[in-house]
Amino acid sequence: MEDWRNGGFGLYLHWPFCQSKCPYCDFNSHVAASVDQKRWEMAFLAEIDRIGAETQGRVLNTVFFGGGTPSLMDPELVAAILERVRSTWIMANDLEVTLEANPGSVEAGRFRGFSEAGVNRVSMGVQSLQDEHLRRLGRLHSVADAKRAFDIARSVFDRVSFDLIYARQDQTLDDWRSELGEALSMAVDHLSLYQLTVEDGTAFGDRLARGGLKGLPSDDLGADMYAVTQDLCEAAGMPAYEVSNHARPGAESRHNRIYWQGGDYAGIGPGAHGRLTLGDVRWATVAERMPDAWLTRAEAGFGELPREAMTVGEQADEYLIMGLRLSEGLEMARLERMQTAPAPAKIEELTRMGMIELTQGRLRATAEGRIVLNSVIAALAA
Amino acid sequence: MTQLDRIRNFSIVAHIDHGKSTLADRLIQMTGTVAERDMKAQMLDSMDIERERGITIKANTVRIEYPAKDGNTYILNLIDTPGHVDFAYEVSRSMRAVEGSLLVVDASQGVEAQTLANVYQALDAGHEIVPVLNKIDLPAAEPDRVKAQIEDVIGLDASDAVPISAKSGMGIPDVLEAIVTRLPSPKGDRDAPLKAMLVDSWYDAYLGVVVMIRVMDGVIRKGDRVKMMQTGAVYGIDRLAVLKPQMVDIPELGPGEIGVLTASIKQVRDTRVGDTITHERKGTDTPLPGFKPAQPVVFCGLFPVDANDFEALRDAIEKLALNDASFSYEMETSAALGFGFRCGFLGLLHLEVIRDRLEREYDLDLITTAPSVVFKLHMKDGEVRDLHNPADMPDLTYVEHIEEPRIKATIMVPDEYLGDILKLCQDRRGIQQDLSYAGSRAMVVYDLPLAEVVFDFYDRLKSVTKGYASFDYTISEYREDNLVKMSILVNDEPVDALSMMVHRDRAETRGRVMVEKLKELIPRHMFKIPIQAAIGGRVIARETLSAMRKDVTAKCYGGDASRKRKLLDKQKAGKKKMRQFGKVEIPQEAFISALKMDS
Repeated sequence: MEDWRNGGFGLYLHWPFCQSKCPYCDFNSHVAASVDQKRWEMAFLAEIDRIGAETQGRVLNTVFFGGGTPSLMDPELVAAILERVRSTWIMANDLEVTLEANPGSVEAGRFRGFSEAGVNRVSMGVQSLQDEHLRRLGRLHSVADAKRAFDIARSVFDRVSFDLIYARQDQTLDDWRSELGEALSMAVDHLSLYQLTVEDGTAFGDRLARGGLKGLPSDDLGADMYAVTQDLCEAAGMPAYEVSNHARPGAESRHNRIYWQGGDYAGIGPGAHGRLTLGDVRWATVAERMPDAWLTRAEAGFGELPREAMTVGEQADEYLIMGLRLSEGLEMARLERMQTAPAPAKIEELTRMGMIELTQGRLRATAEGRIVLNSVIAALAA
Repeated sequence: MTQLDRIRNFSIVAHIDHGKSTLADRLIQMTGTVAERDMKAQMLDSMDIERERGITIKANTVRIEYPAKDGNTYILNLIDTPGHVDFAYEVSRSMRAVEGSLLVVDASQGVEAQTLANVYQALDAGHEIVPVLNKIDLPAAEPDRVKAQIEDVIGLDASDAVPISAKSGMGIPDVLEAIVTRLPSPKGDRDAPLKAMLVDSWYDAYLGVVVMIRVMDGVIRKGDRVKMMQTGAVYGIDRLAVLKPQMVDIPELGPGEIGVLTASIKQVRDTRVGDTITHERKGTDTPLPGFKPAQPVVFCGLFPVDANDFEALRDAIEKLALNDASFSYEMETSAALGFGFRCGFLGLLHLEVIRDRLEREYDLDLITTAPSVVFKLHMKDGEVRDLHNPADMPDLTYVEHIEEPRIKATIMVPDEYLGDILKLCQDRRGIQQDLSYAGSRAMVVYDLPLAEVVFDFYDRLKSVTKGYASFDYTISEYREDNLVKMSILVNDEPVDALSMMVHRDRAETRGRVMVEKLKELIPRHMFKIPIQAAIGGRVIARETLSAMRKDVTAKCYGGDASRKRKLLDKQKAGKKKMRQFGKVEIPQEAFISALKMDS
């Protein structure tokens, strides 16, 4: 049951607040008039202490501040958290500390402070390089803001990544090709490129259900856009290492790889999920979702909801779901140890169809398989 | 024992939603037949499916005691009859059990198709009919227009139509008076040998088989030994009762009375709707006219989605069959679907009702195959075989010719839809036999192949005429035609459950429609799937379902893992509702949806 070590150990911290809610976002984010950051600090520190006691002596590979908009946190708050993190676990030599940042001018002013606190990587939610589309996506920043913030980030942090959303309303293949080209010319070493997904319970979801949100690309166009994305990124030396993530070799997000490689991660903050292998049991943890309720719970000493012990079957499904997202695929022997590995005939069939390949003990989705990965996984898991 | 002139037996004829059930409820309520606190909406429709679909499948009855203005107390027996063409025979029997009908028409909607079909049944049975205008309190009510319509279309005098609002209770006392004063009392001879008509029968978990009867002549008493004239079976009557609507025991039933009996009858199958019940000794020799044995005309396969449910399906089918003599079944094996049953039904609604009940009352997930009729295969060696299932079609070299059942269909339709109806019948290989007018309504009689009617003819009829057509049919004869078996191949594998018998001239059109439909119904897979229709080895229609292009989650991080895992569980459960044919998964609804012809 030490398999998690193959993936490593990371810490995810969730800052649930945003200046405004984006219409496509289904993350646990909230707009609050004012936030008592001091009070949040105490709660985060208490939770770190609690999880730290359970995972004593572990080497921590990564820290990730996600949200919400963690660039709205005071640099002092980030510093206090990281200080407590350093005194709680053993820091890996190549410790990666990522913070998600909004590319606005206010946030950019805090970059120096974040860096001094110990953040060494930012991931910026640029989303589009066209003002018109930023507006339609409900973003408050402009392209000029984003570029300025990006330049500041590059000068402050070792590593900078940014996100774009494509397959947007009324976007053509050529639009995307030129936008991506521009992004690649700006990119340092990492890009996350997401196809717009309309989720239930978001403003976009409501609009779509009411018959609005016209001009979304067909599946065929979406597939073509995905293919163009792969081609352009590869040509620029930033191949996909995961379904939607591209990096120069060695510049992958180490924190996110922990998720995909089936590592352990502690989740702290409202709605944060974790996976912790303690003794013989792999626990799925999740914290209280609503910010105020979480704060009260954390102050009382336990921000989490009751944990669930994962069955081997659940672990196997999750390893399939996560592992096949990576270009490097998953380790077959580890799947077999979970006693629910896919039938060899299934693997053979999907291999014959050109969807997966099994070489040197690793099961991978091919380029053809990755774009229909949900179906591939469903076929393997059935 | 009640005097004949103090009895009124009646049914209610109405279109769906025109207020039949509400009126029945009001009559029951206003006469204090059921205590207020026991009232539930639609008292008489006892099956969930009946209540949901607003249709009546089994005949129901209620005995109401009504003190009339003339100072006498009358016994009013209301028989609630099925209203669908599948159960036309049952309706005709129920109608014969009563002397009059209330014709309920929505005062804002007017006469509609179903009303017409049933009112003709009532007229055929010699009923006195009292028109009742319901929903008179609605702002849109047009009583005068509707009265005129009743006179024009049906030819009934509507000047004395009773205006009511079943919902508010307005006019209900007038309806009760009209039943007493305007409907005839039954006739019958108390001293003649017993003649009682078996109107309906059903299975009750506590009482066993319950038989509803209408006494025509003679007197039936608890303890009597009676004979069912069709089956010849003899039973001792354990219990005699009337329904109010709960059972109330009664020592005897005389002429004109309606009630129920139990007699240690094991299965509903042992009873025949329309049969004549008489005494074992000194009984009558002449049964009541009009009996017909139940004859399933539509067949389909029912298979469990999960092969492990086969035994459960067998139990459920056996239990349902005990309660429904018109439903037949035998075991069937399909290469595609495994073990199941080939079942026979009175019609498509009957099929749907039985399937719904199996799924709901017995919690089964079922695959229903293409409905088919019984073809007669005349083999070269002179043998004549019944073909219930196209999958069993033998090699054509052994077959001399094939005959199919034909029906005589009578359709009443407002003038403006006549063209659409003629086209529909023509498209279904119909031969026109008669066309006449009654006011602005046309009556057409067509000779049609039953096979062309069983899928969705009734649905099409309703939709092309906006519901303003009534349709009835009788099976006329078997006749030879140029029929072939059409197979469907999905990804080059034949799907036996989708094979069907078609007329050779129409095979191509049908094949084209089928493969196009299947292309819509089968979800995209990771590979492209050819869908073909073929006669023998010859492909007559082909479509290709292209491969799925994109099916991937854009974002999946630590916080998404649990949700994605649950989604995968759901997908796994969904797969269980699909059937695997080679590498292709076909959703179960495809089997019946593919056969509906929209074009």
